Amino acid sequence: MLIDQISIFVSNQQGRLTDITSVLSDAGIDIRAFSLADTTEFGILRLIVDDPDGAMEALKGNNLIVRKTKVIAARFGDTPGSLNKVLQYLTDANIPIEYAYAFVTPENNEACVILRAGDNDLAFKILAENGVKLLTSGDICKL
Amino acid sequence: MPMFQPQIETMPREELRALQLAKLKKQVEHAYNDVPFYKKQLDERGVRPEHIKTLKDVALLPLTTKEELRQNYPFGMFGVPQKDVVRIHASSGTTGKPTVVGYTKQDLDVWSDCVARFCAAVGVTAEDTAQISFGYGLFTGALGLHMGLEKLGASVIPISSGNTDKQLMLMEDFGTTVLIATPSYALYLAEAIHERGLADRLKLKIGLFGSECCTPEMRAQIEKHMNVFATDNYGLSECGGPGMSGECHLRNGLHINEDHFLCEILDANTFEPVEEGEKGELVITCLSKQCLPVLRYRTKDITSIDYSPCACGRTFARMAKVTARTDDMLIIKGVNVFPSQIESVLMGMEGVAPHYQLVLRKKRLMDTLEVKVELGDSASLERFAELETLQRNIHDRLKSVLGLECKVTLVEPGSLERFQGKAKRVLDLRNEENA
Repeated sequence: MLIDQISIFVSNQQGRLTDITSVLSDAGIDIRAFSLADTTEFGILRLIVDDPDGAMEALKGNNLIVRKTKVIAARFGDTPGSLNKVLQYLTDANIPIEYAYAFVTPENNEACVILRAGDNDLAFKILAENGVKLLTSGDICKL
Repeated sequence: MPMFQPQIETMPREELRALQLAKLKKQVEHAYNDVPFYKKQLDERGVRPEHIKTLKDVALLPLTTKEELRQNYPFGMFGVPQKDVVRIHASSGTTGKPTVVGYTKQDLDVWSDCVARFCAAVGVTAEDTAQISFGYGLFTGALGLHMGLEKLGASVIPISSGNTDKQLMLMEDFGTTVLIATPSYALYLAEAIHERGLADRLKLKIGLFGSECCTPEMRAQIEKHMNVFATDNYGLSECGGPGMSGECHLRNGLHINEDHFLCEILDANTFEPVEEGEKGELVITCLSKQCLPVLRYRTKDITSIDYSPCACGRTFARMAKVTARTDDMLIIKGVNVFPSQIESVLMGMEGVAPHYQLVLRKKRLMDTLEVKVELGDSASLERFAELETLQRNIHDRLKSVLGLECKVTLVEPGSLERFQGKAKRVLDLRNEENA
């Protein structure tokens, strides 16, 4: 199952990121993972949170440009070569990766990568067939 | 659509031209005899009032500029004694002294007739409730509309500009049907109405938007968010305020109140008349003004005039919507650029909101233009490349329209300034150090 990711348009202005995190903080939203891609003028902040709908509502209420999209969350052991193995499955199937970001969960000695593939559904299928552990929205909340 | 003064508004053109000529002769005499500035100007050219024999002879008269009106501050251009002056307005003096405009009782009467005509022409009647969201004060817009709408019998709410919450409250509670505002403030109110989901609770029908240039694309944006029939009217304080011309319900140009104003379209460089129907600078001679008998006033507004009959039945010629002023023209790297050209491009693009700012800078002696525009929706957030594509599309469109390289910056919604009066969308930093 694909999971929800929230994308937010952010102007490159000092303090702007804090404005957004404070909106989430006030709404009691827990951020599980995030990535910020930027150019000189603006960026896109991507978030995985415990309550995507609550986060959308809070952000929209503050006049931010927000979009909910689907991404893949794959989990594997935090050992050399694990990420490479996962990505290789997609490369072998000729599926491009639009962007990715990762985090580790030290308790289980595991790593998690968030992926947006050219064809998300196909990528998901390939990874599942190859026995890669894929997380659901519920799993993300419990991490 | 009922006319306010049908006998005049449908007068056969020949009769109208005879009326204009008679009034022009009288007006030149008045200016010559009663305003020393004009006596000197005409004497220098060897022109006497009796030299005016046809309407074409208007070309014998000197052009008048805003600068000349300023030089005669405060009352040097008045053609009547002070006891006959009943109202004094002044235009915003952003640089130095303002230009002063005076009115006699008859001037006010003519002015309110002109306003009532364009209001009636788009369907305003005594049944309407009109909310005037122009700033009241020395500015002619608010009081001009105020008098004209009262004359027509509408219920006038003189709320003035600003305080959006109160604007919307009265709009709902008083059942406002006609809104009077600058296009930029109308757009701001339209957004607020849209955000609060108020549209269905309002009775708005007609928008009378004036006092600044408004492109057709911007008008479409206002109509999209606010349920009104948006109409344009035109005037300038130096020639008495709003009411020089206005659209009829067909919105196919602005009918000029030709019984009170004689208009010419001149080449902005040579001041020779352009071919009929061609664009040029609008030059106005006031035919009825007693207090300020301005001859051949250079408006710096660029338009054209269509003398063909209009299906509404009015015989008054129609001027095209003014979307550019010679004053507004920016010269960037030697290229003439009108902000309205940029506005048209932006309003025609999907994915951006109708709010923008133009920033001019000088880098190593080269002019640069940055166009900041607010992102309108989240459609392009899926991939970074889509935002870049949007940015590149805007850039390419602007480049082909302007013939000029510019930088396009997408900014967050609500981050650019909103305007309650006339919009100021150009930030020229070229003469500032380290800009």
